[in-house]
Amino acid sequence: MSPSLRNPLLFLAMATMLAAVGFGQSWQVALTILNLCLISAVMALGLNMQWGYAGLFNVGVMGFAAVGGLATVLVSKAPVGEAWAVGGWRLAASAALLLATAAVVVIVRRWLGPGPIRSLATAALVIAGYFIIRIFYDPATEAIEAVNSAKTGYLGGLGLPVIISWPIGGVLAAGVAWFIGKVALGLRSDYFAIATLGISEIVIAILKNEDWLARGVKNVTGIVRPVPREINLQGDIWFNNFATWLGMDVIEASSIFVKLCYAALFLAVLLFVVALSERALNSPWGRMMRAIRDNEDAAEAMGKDVARRHLQIFIIGSAVIGIAGAMLVTLDGQFTPGTYQPLRFTFIIWIMVIIGGSGNNWGSVLGGFLVWFVWIEAEPAGLWLMDMITSGLDDTSPLRTHLINAAPHMRLIIMGVILLLVMRFSPRGLIPEVMRR
Amino acid sequence: MTDFLDAVVLITNYVLVPGLAYGSQLALGALGVTIIYGILRFANFAHGDLMAFGTMVVILMTWWFQSMGVSIAPLPVALLALPFGMAAAIVMSLGTDRLVYRFYRRRRAPAVIYILTSIGVMFVMNGIVRFIIGPDDRRFTDGARFIIKAREFKEATGLHEGLAIKVTQAITVLVTVVVVVALFRFLQKSRTGKAMRAYSDNEDLALLSGVSPERVVFFAWVIAASLAAIAGTLYGLDKSFKPFTYFNILLPIFASVIVGGIGHPLGAVVGGFVIAFSEVTVTYAYKKFLRYLLPDSWAPDSLVQFLSTDYKFAVSFVILVVVLLVRPTGIFRGKSS
Repeated sequence: MSPSLRNPLLFLAMATMLAAVGFGQSWQVALTILNLCLISAVMALGLNMQWGYAGLFNVGVMGFAAVGGLATVLVSKAPVGEAWAVGGWRLAASAALLLATAAVVVIVRRWLGPGPIRSLATAALVIAGYFIIRIFYDPATEAIEAVNSAKTGYLGGLGLPVIISWPIGGVLAAGVAWFIGKVALGLRSDYFAIATLGISEIVIAILKNEDWLARGVKNVTGIVRPVPREINLQGDIWFNNFATWLGMDVIEASSIFVKLCYAALFLAVLLFVVALSERALNSPWGRMMRAIRDNEDAAEAMGKDVARRHLQIFIIGSAVIGIAGAMLVTLDGQFTPGTYQPLRFTFIIWIMVIIGGSGNNWGSVLGGFLVWFVWIEAEPAGLWLMDMITSGLDDTSPLRTHLINAAPHMRLIIMGVILLLVMRFSPRGLIPEVMRR
Repeated sequence: MTDFLDAVVLITNYVLVPGLAYGSQLALGALGVTIIYGILRFANFAHGDLMAFGTMVVILMTWWFQSMGVSIAPLPVALLALPFGMAAAIVMSLGTDRLVYRFYRRRRAPAVIYILTSIGVMFVMNGIVRFIIGPDDRRFTDGARFIIKAREFKEATGLHEGLAIKVTQAITVLVTVVVVVALFRFLQKSRTGKAMRAYSDNEDLALLSGVSPERVVFFAWVIAASLAAIAGTLYGLDKSFKPFTYFNILLPIFASVIVGGIGHPLGAVVGGFVIAFSEVTVTYAYKKFLRYLLPDSWAPDSLVQFLSTDYKFAVSFVILVVVLLVRPTGIFRGKSS
C-alpha cells in the first residue's frame, strides 16, 4: 500500500477507535482521552524534532514540560502584593548577586589559563557566591512563604489570561534548554541521555521545594480557564435551549461543550506546530539537519556548524515541549510538581516518537494519539481480560481479587512489549521517515 | 573532652553509619551497571527495575518462610531467601538477553538503540513487579532491629549523644565487603574473570585470543543480576520496598558509576560511597555538631546546613552532571569511547 493511502487510513483507524470509546463507554471519556492525545502529540512533535531530525538523545522531556507548566502559574495567577513587598527587593538582590557571581567566574576563568588553579578558583568563587547569595535569599524566601501560607505563600503571577502562558511556557522552556544545551550538548549520546535525565530531576526537585516560586508540593490550584465553566453554562438560557434542542441532559451537554472548547484550542496549536514542522523539515534547513544527524563529520566538512545547529534544534524542540506542558497544566487547572514522573512525562513520550516513526511529523502525531489511547484504555481492557481469565474462579478467591486489583499495571507491560516489538520488527515506526534520493 | 566525643558520636550516628550503609547499597548496584557497560557497552536503564524484581522474589520467599515459622533471629529471614531472588534475577536477565539484546548484539547496533531497548525492558519489568506485588510499601524485615540502641549507648558511655546501629545496616556493610572482595578476586584471578576484563578492554583483541563472547556476556549477566538482587534486598531491608523508589535509585547509581569511571569496577565502589556521603554530608545540619566543638560564644544560630534535606536526591544528580561536564571519564578514567 502506498504511503499516500496508508497514512490517512492509519489516522482514520485512530479516529474510529476514539469514536468506538465514545459510543461504547461515553463521550466524556472519549473527549478526555482526545484532549490528552492532542497535548501528547504536540509533546511528541517537540521530541521528534530533537531525536528524529537531529538525533539528540534527550531523556529530559519531563523537565521542559514542567517548566512550561510553571509558566501557566507565573502568567495566570494574581500577583501577591504583600509577598513582593516583604521579599521582593531581597530576592532581586539575590538574582543580581547570582548574575554577578556568574560574571566574576567567567572573567576569572578567562583571565587564568587552564589548569588546577583555575578549577580551584572556580570552585572557591562558586561556593563563596552561594553563601553570599543565601544571606539575602534565605530571609526573602522565608518572608514570602510566611505570607498567608495556607493560601498563597508565593509571589503569584502576572494575572494575565492563561492562553498567553502557552507561548511564554515555550519561551521559558527554550531558555532552560539554552542553558542545558550550552553545558551538555558536547557529551556523547549515552552521557547526554543520563545528563538530561538527571537535569530534569533537578528541575522537578527545584519546583517541588522552592515554595516561593509556585508553592512547591502544596500545589497551585484554581488556574483560571480559557474556556467557559460548566456551572455558568448550565445557568445560561441559550445553552439550556441548545441542550434541549440537542435532546441532551444539560449537565452532560455543558461538560462535553467545555471539553470540545479545549479540544478546539489544542487542535489549533497542534495544526500550527505540524504546519511549521512540515515546512521546516522539507526546507534546506531540514535537509541540513538530517545531513548532520546521519553524518556529523561529513556535514562539518561541508561547513555546517554542527554544535550551533544542535543547540538550535534542542532549543526549538524544548520550546514545543514547554508549550505542551503549559497546555497540560491549563487543562488540569492546577500545577502539581509532585505528579511529574519520568515514566509518564519522558519515557512515554519516547515510546510515542519511536512507535509513530522518528523523523516523521505525522508519525509523531499518530504515535502521540495511539500511545496515549493505549495507555488509558489498557486499564479497562486489562480489567476485562483479568475478569475473563478468572471467571472460572470463585468471587472471593484471593487469586481473582489480586489479579483484578493488579490489572491496571498491565499497561506498563503492554507499553514495554509494544516498544520492544516495534524496535525489533519495524524500527522505522508506523509512518516511517520519507527518504528522498 | 566529652564534648569532643559527643561531637564524634553525633557525626557517626547521623552521617557515618547511614552513609556507609547507603554507600554499600549504591556500590553494589553500580557494580552491576558498570559490568554490563564494560561487556555489553550500554547504560542499562532497566537495572533499577531488575533490582526491584530480584527483591520482590526475595520478599515473596521471605513471607513464605515466615508463614512456615522459619526464623534465624537475630538475623532477618530475607537472607535465607536471597539466593532465590538472585536466581530469579539471573533467569530474568538471561531471558531478556536471549529475547531482546542478543539480536542487537549480533547486528552490532549503536549504543542508543540498546538504551532504547533497555527502556522497553524497564517498562516490562516495572509492570511485572507492580503486577505481582503491587505499588505499595512492603516491609519484610524481621529478627532483631538494633545492634546498639541509642539509649543503651548513652547509659553505657555516659555521653549526651546516643549511637544507634541497626542490624540491617551492619548486614549491609558486611555483605557488601564479602561480595566486593569475592568479585574482585574472581575478576583478577579466575580465567573467566580475566577473559571478561580482556573483553571489556579490547573486544577485538579478546576475540582474537579465543575468548568466547557469548560466555563472557553470560557471566556478565549472572554477576550483574546477582548484584542487583543483593543490592535491592539490602536496600529494602534497610529502608522499605516500593517499586517506585527502585526506579528512582537508578540515577544515584548512574551517578556512582560515572563518578568512578564507567566500566571500571573499583570506580563503581568508590563512586557509590562518594555519592552516598555527599548526599548525607551536604544535607546534614551541623548546628549541634559545631555547638559541641566551638566555644559557646562562637556557637552558630542558624542550622549550618548547605542544602535543605528536600534536596537530598538532587545532590547526586548535581554531582552526576558536574562530573559529566568537568571530567566525563570519572575518577578512575573509565571508558571514554
